[in-house]
Amino acid sequence: MTGNGTGNGARAAAASAKPKFAMYWAASCGGCDIAVLNTSENVLDVDANFDVVFWPVAMDAKYRDVEAMADGSILLTLFSGGIRNSENEELAHLLRRKSKLLVAFGSCACEGCIPGLANLSSPEQLFAAAFDSITTENPEGLRPQAEWQAPEGVLRLPVFAPVLRTLDQVVPVDYYLPGCPPERHQIAAVIQLAIKVIHGEAEFPPIGSTIGAGHSTCCDECPRTRGIKKIKAFTRPQEMAVIDPVLCLLEQGIPCNGPATRDGCGALCPRAGAQCIGCYGPAEGVVDYGSRLISAFASVIDATDPADIERIIATIPDPVGQFYRFSLASSLLRAGRAAWDAQGALDAGRAGAAPAHATAGAER
Amino acid sequence: MTERITIDPVTRLEGHGRIEIFLDGAGEVANAYFQVPEFRGFEQFCVGRPVEEMPLLTNRICGVCPEAHHMAAAKACDAVYHVQPPPAAVLLRRLLYAAFYFADHTTDFYALAGPDFVMGPDAPVAERNLLGIVHKLGLEVGGKVIKARKYGHAIVETVGGRGIHPCTAVPGGMAKGITAAQAAEIAEMGRWAIEFVGESVKLFDDIVLGNPAYLEMVTGDTYTERTYYMGTVDAEGRLDTYDGRIRVVSPDGEVVGSFAPAEYRDWIAERVEPWTYLKFPYLKKIGWKGFVGGADSGVYCATPLARLNVANGLSTPRAQAEFERFFATLAPGDAGPANGVGHGMVHHRLAGHWARLVELMYAAESIVGLATNPDITSDQVRTVPTEKPTEGVGSVEAPRGTLFHHYWTDERGVLTRANLIVGTTNNYAPMAMSVSRAARSLIHGGTVITEGLLNRIEMAFRAYDPCLGCATHSLPGRMPMIVTIRGSDGAVVDVLRRDG
Repeated sequence: MTGNGTGNGARAAAASAKPKFAMYWAASCGGCDIAVLNTSENVLDVDANFDVVFWPVAMDAKYRDVEAMADGSILLTLFSGGIRNSENEELAHLLRRKSKLLVAFGSCACEGCIPGLANLSSPEQLFAAAFDSITTENPEGLRPQAEWQAPEGVLRLPVFAPVLRTLDQVVPVDYYLPGCPPERHQIAAVIQLAIKVIHGEAEFPPIGSTIGAGHSTCCDECPRTRGIKKIKAFTRPQEMAVIDPVLCLLEQGIPCNGPATRDGCGALCPRAGAQCIGCYGPAEGVVDYGSRLISAFASVIDATDPADIERIIATIPDPVGQFYRFSLASSLLRAGRAAWDAQGALDAGRAGAAPAHATAGAER
Repeated sequence: MTERITIDPVTRLEGHGRIEIFLDGAGEVANAYFQVPEFRGFEQFCVGRPVEEMPLLTNRICGVCPEAHHMAAAKACDAVYHVQPPPAAVLLRRLLYAAFYFADHTTDFYALAGPDFVMGPDAPVAERNLLGIVHKLGLEVGGKVIKARKYGHAIVETVGGRGIHPCTAVPGGMAKGITAAQAAEIAEMGRWAIEFVGESVKLFDDIVLGNPAYLEMVTGDTYTERTYYMGTVDAEGRLDTYDGRIRVVSPDGEVVGSFAPAEYRDWIAERVEPWTYLKFPYLKKIGWKGFVGGADSGVYCATPLARLNVANGLSTPRAQAEFERFFATLAPGDAGPANGVGHGMVHHRLAGHWARLVELMYAAESIVGLATNPDITSDQVRTVPTEKPTEGVGSVEAPRGTLFHHYWTDERGVLTRANLIVGTTNNYAPMAMSVSRAARSLIHGGTVITEGLLNRIEMAFRAYDPCLGCATHSLPGRMPMIVTIRGSDGAVVDVLRRDG
């Protein structure tokens, strides 16, 4: 990582031999960047082997620096965060154009993650919960404005998009690196692979691959013992007097998402006595995460009578959250009616603009 | 001619921040706006989710301080279920939290705040970062900083199950305990941590307190803001980052009162402005009087500096000694008013960096104290709730301010409503005021805007370690900045840039 206070000319000349690397966060929590930084020595390897041209958390280049680069001149860009507003979208397009390889890095970029649950609500519902909250004094019902005339001049904010989108719903993506956040040993392995590739000692996997994760399910990494899974009801952890430390959590009735979730983390949560919540996204080959999990849960329900089955299913308090906690924005439905209606209204208001949901994956 | 200075982005507050400075015809600062363009809507989409998932879902508000949300959420869950975690669970949560503070404050001090002092506010940009510190002070110091971060995260991982977004705090306690061997290992790390903080304090002494120019900068008007202060204290009035009553002290050092987390609505209200997505909390009893300080304005500050200002002292010996030296140096001979806390108020925002070191020592000493407490290895780490879930508030001191999670649930424990007041948000108004004050102090008619001036404006909000402090947790740790100066017709007059 080079710092340069006066211009980029000298740096560009000195670093021209090294391939370029970038990392960016859109609507994210910053945990992905912290996860990369936590690979300590590997970050130094990135610095030694790449010219880091853009990485807001770690070094100092600007949007305009990226705009000035030749198209396709960045070899590898790690993009974290979902597409929540107009600024996120602009950066996704910009970095796609400038990058040979664009990686959807972490759950938000891959599948929408927890912030994707906002797709169950309309923007006005989201704004009302925050800006008319019980502690907010807002008698005029003020909302943040995309453009506002202050006494001294105009102030602008990015436009909030009614439907949160994943990166590949906005631009084509080359690789997916899942996890919330990706675990550092997985990130380190990907960094080391990339370094081998640029030295001609290895090749990148086929375009479209999931990298930095396994190809099975979280259950395969889980040390808990499994017997015959048959349950009469789902229970919540706080309702259980004792949680067996070695027996499969799902077999104890705790709705653990392991069977539908990709492996790669090492089953950290089940090892710590907590159920898998699905942060590594759908297991290899799964199109719709929730459908796979529903089928996995159905297979452990110990009942044949429809009324019994109904009763057992009703013990899951929040089906949409249970089955689409991290993956709602990338599911077949992607969003609820309230969000879609608002998106449709916004799109209709943009003369000549293509509807946001029609651009999904359409660019390559 | 009205000129406008746009600083975009100033930093990354889980995304981006922007400052717009308007100049009047004489080239003086007419007004400054600190905008936050980010909004995700957690309050709404937490509704409908089971309350025990809140410590997992609200983690994702912030990947820099997920432990703060994990803890506030778990405490709110306890309150919702009317349950007390067993002693070992409280010790484990406190241990996790102290380790988090240790890692977090370390990176802030060395990667973000340190470079301005170690390298100097006007040092070449390329050197004013953590790598510059390593080059100047030697690889040994750099190695220790990396080791300190690693130790902090390792303890969080052992107790919390995961390094980022921990998973073990549950309603009524913890999902798992730790073994005696793990506790011993953590205690060893804590002992090293105490020595490391001792060396860090000495570094601060040598470089800042020993330099009259820096001392003048720290105590000068440019970075001083007289506001109310808020922070959590224990039954003896000492700093407690995990639990206690929240005390409010006036700019003159009078204790206005203290409240239990569940009473936060009587004390805090929030204001909406149309030009930003972030709200401005203020003291409800005093009221919103605009972006001004003083006893008549409800603007308050909740930072390490605020926590020291409201506390009578600290419960660990070396941190207490440092606390006393802090006030003896910056508010000498001032015992505060009769209804005060026994010391004067320090309003100098840059002194917040020293305050952070005092808390760093408290965190390191707490790690040892907690890990060597024989009760911490008990396997009784969870109380099973027996009452119906209703409503509850959980609060902790996040490194960047008092954090409140408030949930309402139905009888199944599914959320029907949520209200969150997040650490950095508390300081939005004072931060905006500090930036404005620095701009007004530094920019005048005819001022040539240099890179060093930009940095001195930046130092105004850096004192708060806002969770734009994501940048803090980096290696070189520089924030990007471009200043575009436009004429009133919008034409670009000049562009100044600072690269890392």
